[in-house]
Amino acid sequence: MRPAIFSAILLLAGCRGRQNALDFASDQSSAIGDVWHLMLVVCGVMYLLMMLLLGWAIWRALKARAASHDARTAAPGVDRKWRAALAAWSALIVLGLFVLAGGSFLVDRRLARGEDPNALQVRITASEWWWQVEYLDPAPSHTIVTANELHLPVDRPTHVELRSNDVIHSFWVPNLNGKTDLIPGRSNFQTLTPRRTGRWRGQCAEFCGLEHARMAMDVTVHDAAGFAEWQAAQRALAKAPDTPRRTEGQHVFMTSTCASCHTIAGTDASGKVGPDLTHLASRHSLAAGALPLDAKTLAAWISQPHAEKPGTNMPATDLPPDRLGALVDYLMSLR
Amino acid sequence: MAACIALTLGGCEREKRDFTGPQPPGGPAPPLVGLQPGTPSPVPPDPRGARYENNAYHIGQGQNLFRWMNCNGCHANGGGDAGPALMDGEWRYGGDIDHIYASIDQGRPNGMPSFRGKIPPEQIWQLAAYVRSLSGNIRKDAVPSRSEGMSATPPLTRRESEPPKGGDPAPNQEPQR
Amino acid sequence: MNTARELDATWADAPGWRGWIATVDHKRIGRRYLVTAFVFFIMGGILALVMRTQLAYPNGHVVGPDRYNQLFSMHGSSMMFLFAVPVMEAVAVYIVPLMCGTRNIAFPRLNAFSYWIYLFGGIMIYAAFFLNVGPETGWFSYVPLAGPQFSPGKRTDFWAQMITFTEVAALAVAIELIVTILKMRAPGMTLARMPLFLWSMLVTSFMVVFAMPAVMLASSFLIMDRLVGTHYYNAAEGGDPLLWQHLFWFFGHPEVYIIFLPALGMVSSITQTFARRPVFGRLALVVSLVATGFLAFGLWVHHMFATGLPRMGNSFYTAASMMIALPSGVQIFCWMVTLGTGRPKFSTPLLFVIGFFITFVLGGLTGVMQASVPLDLQLHDTYFVVAHFHYVLIGGSVFPLFGAFFYWFPKFTGKALNETAGKWTFWLFFTGFNVTFFPMHIAGLQGMPRRVYTYPGDMGWGLWNLMSTAGSYLIAISMLVFIVNVVRTLRSRETAAENPWDAPDLEWAAASPPAKYNFAAVPVVTSDTPLWTERDALGALSGLRDDRPEVLITSAVEAAPQIRWGMPSPSVWPLVTALGLTVMFVWSIFTPWGIVWGAIPFAIGATVWFWPKRSQPGLESES
Repeated sequence: MRPAIFSAILLLAGCRGRQNALDFASDQSSAIGDVWHLMLVVCGVMYLLMMLLLGWAIWRALKARAASHDARTAAPGVDRKWRAALAAWSALIVLGLFVLAGGSFLVDRRLARGEDPNALQVRITASEWWWQVEYLDPAPSHTIVTANELHLPVDRPTHVELRSNDVIHSFWVPNLNGKTDLIPGRSNFQTLTPRRTGRWRGQCAEFCGLEHARMAMDVTVHDAAGFAEWQAAQRALAKAPDTPRRTEGQHVFMTSTCASCHTIAGTDASGKVGPDLTHLASRHSLAAGALPLDAKTLAAWISQPHAEKPGTNMPATDLPPDRLGALVDYLMSLR
Repeated sequence: MAACIALTLGGCEREKRDFTGPQPPGGPAPPLVGLQPGTPSPVPPDPRGARYENNAYHIGQGQNLFRWMNCNGCHANGGGDAGPALMDGEWRYGGDIDHIYASIDQGRPNGMPSFRGKIPPEQIWQLAAYVRSLSGNIRKDAVPSRSEGMSATPPLTRRESEPPKGGDPAPNQEPQR
Repeated sequence: MNTARELDATWADAPGWRGWIATVDHKRIGRRYLVTAFVFFIMGGILALVMRTQLAYPNGHVVGPDRYNQLFSMHGSSMMFLFAVPVMEAVAVYIVPLMCGTRNIAFPRLNAFSYWIYLFGGIMIYAAFFLNVGPETGWFSYVPLAGPQFSPGKRTDFWAQMITFTEVAALAVAIELIVTILKMRAPGMTLARMPLFLWSMLVTSFMVVFAMPAVMLASSFLIMDRLVGTHYYNAAEGGDPLLWQHLFWFFGHPEVYIIFLPALGMVSSITQTFARRPVFGRLALVVSLVATGFLAFGLWVHHMFATGLPRMGNSFYTAASMMIALPSGVQIFCWMVTLGTGRPKFSTPLLFVIGFFITFVLGGLTGVMQASVPLDLQLHDTYFVVAHFHYVLIGGSVFPLFGAFFYWFPKFTGKALNETAGKWTFWLFFTGFNVTFFPMHIAGLQGMPRRVYTYPGDMGWGLWNLMSTAGSYLIAISMLVFIVNVVRTLRSRETAAENPWDAPDLEWAAASPPAKYNFAAVPVVTSDTPLWTERDALGALSGLRDDRPEVLITSAVEAAPQIRWGMPSPSVWPLVTALGLTVMFVWSIFTPWGIVWGAIPFAIGATVWFWPKRSQPGLESES
């Protein structure tokens, strides 16, 4: 009974979602989905059998309550046939486990296929509580550095190298693949081959401290043309300020504490402690998915980051309102 | 039992995670003219300092900032390189937290840049607290023993305290009158 | 008869509080252990209620991230270290000597000591929690997050030292149980005739002996890294964060089976008694217990599938993790057949066993799902895992525990708990449990990770979280019903029959509650269900002295009588030694010199405790 309800709820609850392990959008998550379906069937059948056995036991028990004979010393005949049943039951379990282990192993092999030379190369470095995403390229001018967002081309494998700057994190975009930990002192790897365009969400899946809950990754899968367009825009240097207010905003950025930690490519700001802001306004969210991105939230984030994400390493920046406004105006122009 | 309870009670200040920043905002600017070698600071300590010196979270953040702001670049990991050592008892411009704050904030002759406006006051306080711990002058239960990088200092929790001597250690100079 | 009165005087404690602190009676200590473990259970449950209240709605503001991290770390640590293992040991400390037919547990003063150490460790960590210095990095405390750089202050140090306290207590009890079960059984109770609860406690105790040192090592390395700057877990200096994970999970996986196996023994006892027939498939059940004990040590890497270890190695752990489902499946079959071919009476203990079947099997199957590496990479560190382990821990251990509590309550106190209230407890608990934890499977599959203090409102997880919170309040109500039931029963004057369930095991031959000396004469056993085959004429062996506390030592396999052994008298020195050890442990959180100076009170206590007594003629005294 329970597995039927289980499956029904699953279907009702929706196997769709942008951070959903059952909404397969890539080769990898589909392969894992095969294991899930196999498990659901085999484990569901086993559970059903066990509950039927329990039901039988209770029904027999209720019937036997009427009997008056002393069942204390079990009749040998009764138990003999049950011993045969026990052997059959054990064999059934072993068979089921072999099927599951075999299926799991086959999918594991499928997922562990060697690296595709055509793959896009990305390196993700996790810090407390944000992601640095670098697109590697043999030509240095083609490398891209961004933060908290991953853009992928559809139908093409991306090979992701995973590193950590501080503690253990875990990179997980359920619609695209299982998770892999980012462990300081070593590089781990994952391959993603998306098959549907769209926007997905990932989240850090290894407890990493105060703001582990607010360390999300925004993933966009483009078609080939869209991806090339995104790449070209990201490779460009930062947009120069085109109004006096934005010029003032850039000046505020350079002369206050911002440039100590942040980079804006094409300007003098080359700080490497915090996320790269060259194309900040092209992103969908702020602070690793903790906030939506608009002028108001950005201003609040700059002046009182701890109100939004207590414990963040981003310090509060005390600026008079007009200077803050100019700074935000400039940053929001960095598409 | 009582000693254990007392020890843990002392932990309230040590363990707070307070993200509100220095109150009132900013930091001290103690004058240097009264500073003499071998004598304590002529101005009363800034009350905001105690909040950072006794708090494990702030010292830990200072440890991170020391690396992020490249203090290593001149001071190595406390042993000194182009800049003076921060682990010993020799402090040209004062070794208590207020004076360390001022040195970072204002800059000092012979190469120490001024970080005012480049590092927010909260973080300068955290750095100053960590620098104090390098010479063993902070309560040992609030100090991290080591960082997660290459081993660069003896364990800070086992550091013997080297109290600051203040002023220029050169022996032949007469104090200015 | 004179014998009973003499025995009473010989085995008595001093009256009042003096007797209370010096007792070495396993029943008094077992009761203490039970009450203390239950208090930690309730406290851990209250922590969970606060967590669930915070998670009831997205972007909740009941507690902030720092407090939430401390809450879930304390909840896990309290449940795993201060409740789950100690409560099973508590039941064992009380029941095992009675089920063996002997008069006390082996090493009674060590038993007293182990309780005090457990109590002081629990008090320490809760005091730390209330003083804002409680653990904040989870019950599993991964490095480098728990290392000196990323976990400032003394929070993680208190946690690591709490491990040391509970390890010492658990190891002590494990050793006592192994010796009691192997060397102090009633004559005639061969290994083949030994009740399944004793088998499960024997296997569990061996598992404790092999598993606990791993976590003690891991936590000692962590303390050293944090206190004196060693580099065990520092990758930059040749250490490895994964070393922590290996050491911790080498303990951590057997730990959950340490919690689970005693419950299997309880299920066997209850099923046999209530089905009113000897359990079916005795040999298969024993072999399954032993196999589970061995296999449990070969699975730990399944907690580390996402860390990037070589894939071929991972596959081995997939196979092992699936394999362990076989003994469990066999046992469940045997119990169900026992029920189906007996004449069961559906009282509260049996209801809890049936609840166990329904929930544990579901949890076990979700465990098999996670044994698969690719699928685990989706499920790991999500709410699916939270659902899984609560199904196997609560379903697999806590339900049988409550069943055992209702079952053995007349033995502990001489009174039977109210049946109606018991049934209410069961149904509220069972329903509340499923409403709380079933939706977590779905939330996990829909992408909700673990250990998060809040979640966004647009992910579709809100409904599942709200359901879980509602269910958790239902569980709280069931616990209230249970506590009221216990309190009222203890206060009432009604007494139960000596063997109200007509059970077959030896503990039911003693009075309810048992006399201080348990049995006036040593029982002799000729079958695996002694009170059924020897209904009115249980054999007895005389020869133990009445004027000195003595037990009979028998051989390990055949339980043939070997020698008489003197038991130690009550003493306060285990308490003093435990206090000394506490001082040493807590002091060493702050300075390594604490080990040196703190060793002094410990050494004083231990020296007086172990000071050899001049032996009496005809009696060998035990230290």
